[in-house]
Amino acid sequence: MPDTRQKLLVLYLRTPDLHAGVVAWSEFDGTSAADERHTSGDAADSGGATNPPYTSVVDAMRDGWRVVQFPQQYPAYPGTEYQVSYLKYEYILEKMEVVDG
Amino acid sequence: MADSTHLLNSKQMALFVAEGYLRFDELVPDDLNRAVKAEMDNQAIPREEAGSPLSAIWPDAAVGRVFRLPEIEGIIHSLVGPDPLYDHHAVHTVAAGHHFGQHWHADAIIDTRLHFDIQFMYFAHDTPREMGGTLILPGSHYRRISESDIARYHNFVGQVPMICKAGTVIVLHHGMWHCAQPNRTDEMRYMFKLRLNPTVRQLRLWNTEDIDDPEVSHILSTNQPWHGNEERIEHVNRIHFWRFLTGDDQFDNHYWLSRIENEPELV
Repeated sequence: MPDTRQKLLVLYLRTPDLHAGVVAWSEFDGTSAADERHTSGDAADSGGATNPPYTSVVDAMRDGWRVVQFPQQYPAYPGTEYQVSYLKYEYILEKMEVVDG
Repeated sequence: MADSTHLLNSKQMALFVAEGYLRFDELVPDDLNRAVKAEMDNQAIPREEAGSPLSAIWPDAAVGRVFRLPEIEGIIHSLVGPDPLYDHHAVHTVAAGHHFGQHWHADAIIDTRLHFDIQFMYFAHDTPREMGGTLILPGSHYRRISESDIARYHNFVGQVPMICKAGTVIVLHHGMWHCAQPNRTDEMRYMFKLRLNPTVRQLRLWNTEDIDDPEVSHILSTNQPWHGNEERIEHVNRIHFWRFLTGDDQFDNHYWLSRIENEPELV
C-alpha cells in the first residue's frame, strides 16, 4: 500500500467564479520535511513581483488539483454592508502524493 | 512645530487614503543612520511610557534626532498633528540566516475609528531583498481584522517588499497588513518602528493648497490588484475617510456615495 501525503493549495479569487483570476494564495505541503515550509512572501522575487502558481481555480484543476472546499456566501449583516475584512472567495484544493515510506 | 514647507500636500494625503502608506527613500542622512544603527546594536533605545508626548522623549538619542528632522516633523504634523503621543516603539530584528517569513498581521486589535494612528518604519541600513525588508500590502488598512487573523494568507498580487537604501522611511496607517521577511544574509536585519497617536482632530492638517487638484480624485480611484470584486467597497471607505480628513461631508468621487445617499422625500 503506497504511503500518501496531502498538499493543500488555497486560492483567493477576484469573484466567486472558479474561472476568475487569483489575487492571493497559500500553500501547505504535507510532503515537506519538518524544517521546510511555505511562508509569507515566498513568491516575491528580487523585484518584488508576484505571480500566482495558477491563473484560476479551473487552471489548477486542469493540473490535477481537487477542490475540497467552496466559500459560503452570506448577505452582509445590517450595518456591515461597506466593511471590508477577510478575502471572501477562498477555495481550498488538494493533491495527494505518494511518498517513499 | 513643523516647518510648513515640509507638510504633505493633498496628492500625498490622497495616496495615504488610497494605499495606507507613504514612502520616502533615503530621507535620513547617512551619519544619523549609522548613529541609530549603533544604538540598536547596543540596545540603547529605552522604551518610554505609552501616552508620553513625543516631544519629551529621546532628547539626546540619535533616534530622537531622526524624528525631529524637519521633513519627518512635516509628515507627523500632516497626519497626526503638532503634538502627538508616543504609543510604543520596537527595534524589530530578523537574525542572519532566518529563512522563514513572519505571518501576515496588523498591529494591535480591531480598530473601528476614523481617527487613526501612524506607524513609522525606518530602515537605518541598506535592505536588499535577500535581507527581507518588511512586506506590506498596499490598500489593506480598512480591513477589520484582529492581529494574526490573516496568518493563513501567504502571498498577494500587489504585495510590496521594502527593498530600500539606508535612511528610507515609510509611514503607515495603523491598519496596514505587514510581515517580516526572511534574512538570507549573514548580518542582522533591523527595522525601527514607532507608533504615534494624535491629540487633535485630524482635520486639514496638511498643506491643502492643491485640495482641488483633479489628480486627487484620480489617486483616490486607484485600484489594488488584490481587491478584486471589493474595489468599489474600498472606494466607499476612501470617500468616507476623505470626508473625515477634509471636513467636507458632501465630498464624493465618481458618484459612489451620492447615488446611495439619494433618498428623496418629495411627494
